[in-house]
Amino acid sequence: MTDHPSAAPNSKVTQATSISWLTRFRYRHRYLIGYLFILPWFLSFLWFDVIPFILNLYLSFTNYSVGPLTRAKWIGLENYTTIFTADPRFLKGVGNTLYYAIGAVPLGLIFAFIIALLLNSRVRGLGVYRTAFYVPSLVPAVAASLIFLWILNTNYGALNRLLGLVGIEPIRWLSRPEWVKPAVIIVSLWGFGAQMIIFLAGLQDIPRELYEAVEIDGGNSWHKLIHLTIPLMTPVIFFNLIVGIIGSFQVFTPAYIFFGTDGGPLNAGLFYMVHIYNNAFRFFKMGYASALSLILFVAILIFTIILVRTSDRWVFYAGGGR
Amino acid sequence: MTALAANPFRFIRISLTYLILTAGALLLLFPLVWTISTSLKIAEKVTLTTIELIPNPIAWWNYVELFQRHPIPTYFINTMKVLIPALFGGLITCSLAGFAFGRLRFPGRDVIFVIVLSTMMLPYVVRLIPLYIMFDQVGLINTFWPLIIPRILGHDAFYIFLYRQFFRGIPEDLFDAARVDGLSDLGIWARIVLPLSKPVLATVAIFSFQYAWNDFLFPLIYLGAKKINWTMALGLYGMRSLEGEMLWQQLMAYAVIMIIPVLLVFAWGQRHIVEGTTMTGLRG
Repeated sequence: MTDHPSAAPNSKVTQATSISWLTRFRYRHRYLIGYLFILPWFLSFLWFDVIPFILNLYLSFTNYSVGPLTRAKWIGLENYTTIFTADPRFLKGVGNTLYYAIGAVPLGLIFAFIIALLLNSRVRGLGVYRTAFYVPSLVPAVAASLIFLWILNTNYGALNRLLGLVGIEPIRWLSRPEWVKPAVIIVSLWGFGAQMIIFLAGLQDIPRELYEAVEIDGGNSWHKLIHLTIPLMTPVIFFNLIVGIIGSFQVFTPAYIFFGTDGGPLNAGLFYMVHIYNNAFRFFKMGYASALSLILFVAILIFTIILVRTSDRWVFYAGGGR
Repeated sequence: MTALAANPFRFIRISLTYLILTAGALLLLFPLVWTISTSLKIAEKVTLTTIELIPNPIAWWNYVELFQRHPIPTYFINTMKVLIPALFGGLITCSLAGFAFGRLRFPGRDVIFVIVLSTMMLPYVVRLIPLYIMFDQVGLINTFWPLIIPRILGHDAFYIFLYRQFFRGIPEDLFDAARVDGLSDLGIWARIVLPLSKPVLATVAIFSFQYAWNDFLFPLIYLGAKKINWTMALGLYGMRSLEGEMLWQQLMAYAVIMIIPVLLVFAWGQRHIVEGTTMTGLRG
């Protein structure tokens, strides 16, 4: 891509006298317009990314609660030592969130990938199937959570009614600690269509000739999948994995709709974000909640770095990477 | 069919494909069907333990009662107060930035663009509390401004990315011709680029709508304290938290009302949504 400088200076600069001052001004400041166009974004970057991040870092070392920021008193590492030594709900939140992430992310990816593969095998009615799988992911999180609050209802919920048809006793999805996290995972799996659409687009980008080449070499469908489709799809899998992990670590809405701020039976539904929400907006322990936020941020950062570092072992970039 | 019969393995595989797809699609659509069904049931039927998909009688008055009991028009107007400025403000600022990153030259452009992309990976959790405090310091909690200002300034790296990718695909000749005709960069953006960019404008508009319509946590912390400020999503949540004994048929009616606009927008802009969603995967 060749991009031209904004104003139109050229070899005729020698005829300087015939060029107006405006043109000369424009040439001299030809980069200005680019900076001007990105200025609103840059302001938003400062105000809504950089300053909040620094403020969050600072507050995590204070006991700030409410009112003017000048009331924040520096207390050093006290928030962090409390979190790691005297906050059982912190560990509960970490455990619940990890359980949820380990359940929801791989299952979502596997379902999305399998359905995308099937849809890519030249089925009839592709549009109808694609819409059916994709539409649930469009449902607003609050609505989806409430729909499943109803479907998972112990006495009247549709799922227990359906399970009853095959003789399974009603499951107390939202009042037995062992079923709470599977219930939240079910809500998240309902939205796997968004990842499926991304996989499907990736699959459709694989040139048909490559498959024909495998056929000529005597390969069957299994060979095509293992030696061609999956390797070529690893960048998309990698992308969905990172986005999925970042999202699942910050899961909030289903847990909050299901259990409010309590965390459900025996705190089995107390996810990390709910713990942050409680400390910040119920107890107004803003400094403490900032420290919790920063810990989650660091955890996400570490996971992302590990994934990126190990990605060159299993992610295959056609053309040797960018 | 004869070709299929000749190859039993192929036949079994194709049958299995359709079986899995059909069963899966029905399973995924069931919650939606069940929601609509519940919303049209009379109270006595809601708690029956049988599966009745098509209610008899059809209790359409559940919707009337829902509107009588809850200020849904107010919630809707509040949502629009967030959505409309965000939609149009963001359209201008994000597309200008996308234009600059995609078609203009200035020192540091590509480095800055990498910073734009990296903000997409910044988890919202480190912004939640400081943003609340910052808006609290200037007295903007319980107003719509905390939800509007970031959008108006173009604080949406993903939209900037979408615009940039689209603008890079516009043929260079058009820009050369416009420059020869003496159009400034702002003129090129307004008269050449934007009129050609309806697909990407539609994509961004749809995503902006979905975001404003679905967003829950940020409206909750900024607007949750006062019911007159609630958005549609907060109003639905409010029905769950206020009532001890829940009126499921009305809750589901509200859920249906939340879902219908999303489905209409999807039906209208399916192509744009799918293209935009897949763009996220292409970054690789």
